[in-house]
Amino acid sequence: MNELEFLTWTRGPGLDIAVGIFLLGVLWRLIEIYTLGRKKDLAAPRHAAGASGLHTVFRRSLPPPGMLKRSPVSYIGGYIFHIGLAIIVFLGAPHILLIQNLVGLSWPSLPSQFIGLTAVVTMAAMVVMLADRINKPVKRFLSTFEDWFTWAVTFLPVLTGWMATQHLLLPYTQMLALHILSAEILLVVLPFSKLFHGFTLFGSRWYNGRVNAHKGVPV
Amino acid sequence: MSASLEKGIHALKEVIDAPIASYFESCVHCGLCAEACLFHTETGDPKYTPIHKLEPLRRVYEQEYTLLGRLKKMVGLSKPVTDAELDQWQELVYDSCTLCGRCSLVCPVGNDIVYMVRKFREGMAVSGHVPDGIRSATKRTVELGGPMGLKWPAVANVLKHVEENTGLKVPVDQAGADYLVLLSSMEIVNYPEYIEALAKIFRKAGISFTLASDAYEATNAGIQIGSSDLAKVIVSRIVDAAEKLKVKNVLSPECGHAYMAIRWEGPNLVGRPFGFKVVHVLELLDELRQKGVLKMKDKLKDPLILHDPCQIVRRGGVLQAPEPLIQQVAENYIPIADKQKLNWCCGGGGGASAIHTEAAEALRAKAFRIKKRQIEEAGVDTMVTFCANCRITIEEGFDHYEMNTKLLGLTELLAEHLED
Repeated sequence: MNELEFLTWTRGPGLDIAVGIFLLGVLWRLIEIYTLGRKKDLAAPRHAAGASGLHTVFRRSLPPPGMLKRSPVSYIGGYIFHIGLAIIVFLGAPHILLIQNLVGLSWPSLPSQFIGLTAVVTMAAMVVMLADRINKPVKRFLSTFEDWFTWAVTFLPVLTGWMATQHLLLPYTQMLALHILSAEILLVVLPFSKLFHGFTLFGSRWYNGRVNAHKGVPV
Repeated sequence: MSASLEKGIHALKEVIDAPIASYFESCVHCGLCAEACLFHTETGDPKYTPIHKLEPLRRVYEQEYTLLGRLKKMVGLSKPVTDAELDQWQELVYDSCTLCGRCSLVCPVGNDIVYMVRKFREGMAVSGHVPDGIRSATKRTVELGGPMGLKWPAVANVLKHVEENTGLKVPVDQAGADYLVLLSSMEIVNYPEYIEALAKIFRKAGISFTLASDAYEATNAGIQIGSSDLAKVIVSRIVDAAEKLKVKNVLSPECGHAYMAIRWEGPNLVGRPFGFKVVHVLELLDELRQKGVLKMKDKLKDPLILHDPCQIVRRGGVLQAPEPLIQQVAENYIPIADKQKLNWCCGGGGGASAIHTEAAEALRAKAFRIKKRQIEEAGVDTMVTFCANCRITIEEGFDHYEMNTKLLGLTELLAEHLED
């Protein structure tokens, strides 16, 4: 397989396989998790303003009082790389084009220079987060192979995408093929790793908010 | 696999529900929960990170309820949960977790970690990995009626003294009363002033009340040990008495876990909603305050701070009553930064105060440094709280650090300054 054939494969069958595993995987995992159900709470509820599942879904996006000061790197680094990833994935012109080809929807993009800058900032934040994981006793203690692996799987598409657009290291077609391949690996890994929190965090926040709202506590 | 371990794993499989599955799937190992746990903040030891305390439960979830986990188990790639491991986890699940629930308030993905620890204890209890202190407290509650082994004649004796001191009648087994008053052993033994306070306040408010000779103990060690079966036996005594006496309300004492047991876990343990209302004593007092019944003859002048017991406030939802009540009786109440639902635990909840090993006591003393700091930062010599178990733990902390801080119970303080 030469480099052009490789690129063609990643854009064709490779993409189909990855998107297929991603969609089926997400569906399977959601069913696996949420069909476990839960028991009805029989205690008489107490009502309080600001206490509900939905409140917590939104409220937990901000640090609770005192927490930003206790762990600034986690919060600031976390915000930067999550927002950065969202900007790159959903507002980069080639990505919008891909989504348009897949599902027919499209929206305006941001200039490529801006996306390039966002990629650099995102990668910097991710490196800082990695260093924090190595340095902080609690994070290092909690970390397993999966933590390092998912970090790499998330980092590589950003790095290869940025390098392709900057024409660094390898010819554009080769780097582009690597970029697409790394994104496909990310898609395949996502439903079966901690990266799935992107889906379950809404359910988790909702349950926590709901269970505590029953007792009249906004959490 | 031993029979008890098998039962324990089965119990863990039983408690795993959609919220727990969702929580485990959402964890990104960010470690922020450690920053909310006093056992970590005061020791710096990463093993006290709340989510880590659930590792055996997580593996049971993965191995039993996920496709990949089941595949891994089939080909022998997964690490089974063993007796030795659960034994090692006992310290993490009991000694160093007070079920205070502060971690559940900070997790960025929304995990209700204390919800999981409470459920994990079901498996620990069944498999026999429980500290002796909590085990014997539970045994005494089931067999004798209370965690301290207190029987009715002793309680009746205390009530006689209350009647002598106040000149008021303390009704027992009186059907149709507005409130069935529950107590905790600690109040009966160490703080009988609480009962005197209630008698005075009830007379003033014109509310009828009664005690039940077969259901006076409100604390529920079954909840702390994590055994729903035993918790049900204990809570059923109260439900039966309340229904037999046809009372309108059951009044939970200040004690935090008692309130959790009867108000929130109770109906779920007996499997049906109650026909009576469960009210925490502070909720009643605040209602009386709003009606203008709770008038003070004078106020306490000493500057003081409030310690909000976890199970009543953050976990129990009695959020609004404590502050107006303390302001009713104290002239110099100083609100602290981490108050109300953000309070820091005393370090002795969830049954921890019943564990008397050297290591557990040393850990509790270390964890208490956070309360010590709060008191010192506020620059006060007085702290007020409203949980008998917090009071015991805090007094122990004061002794350990040779502090001259005064600790007062809110209900007694109100009664002491009540207009005659």
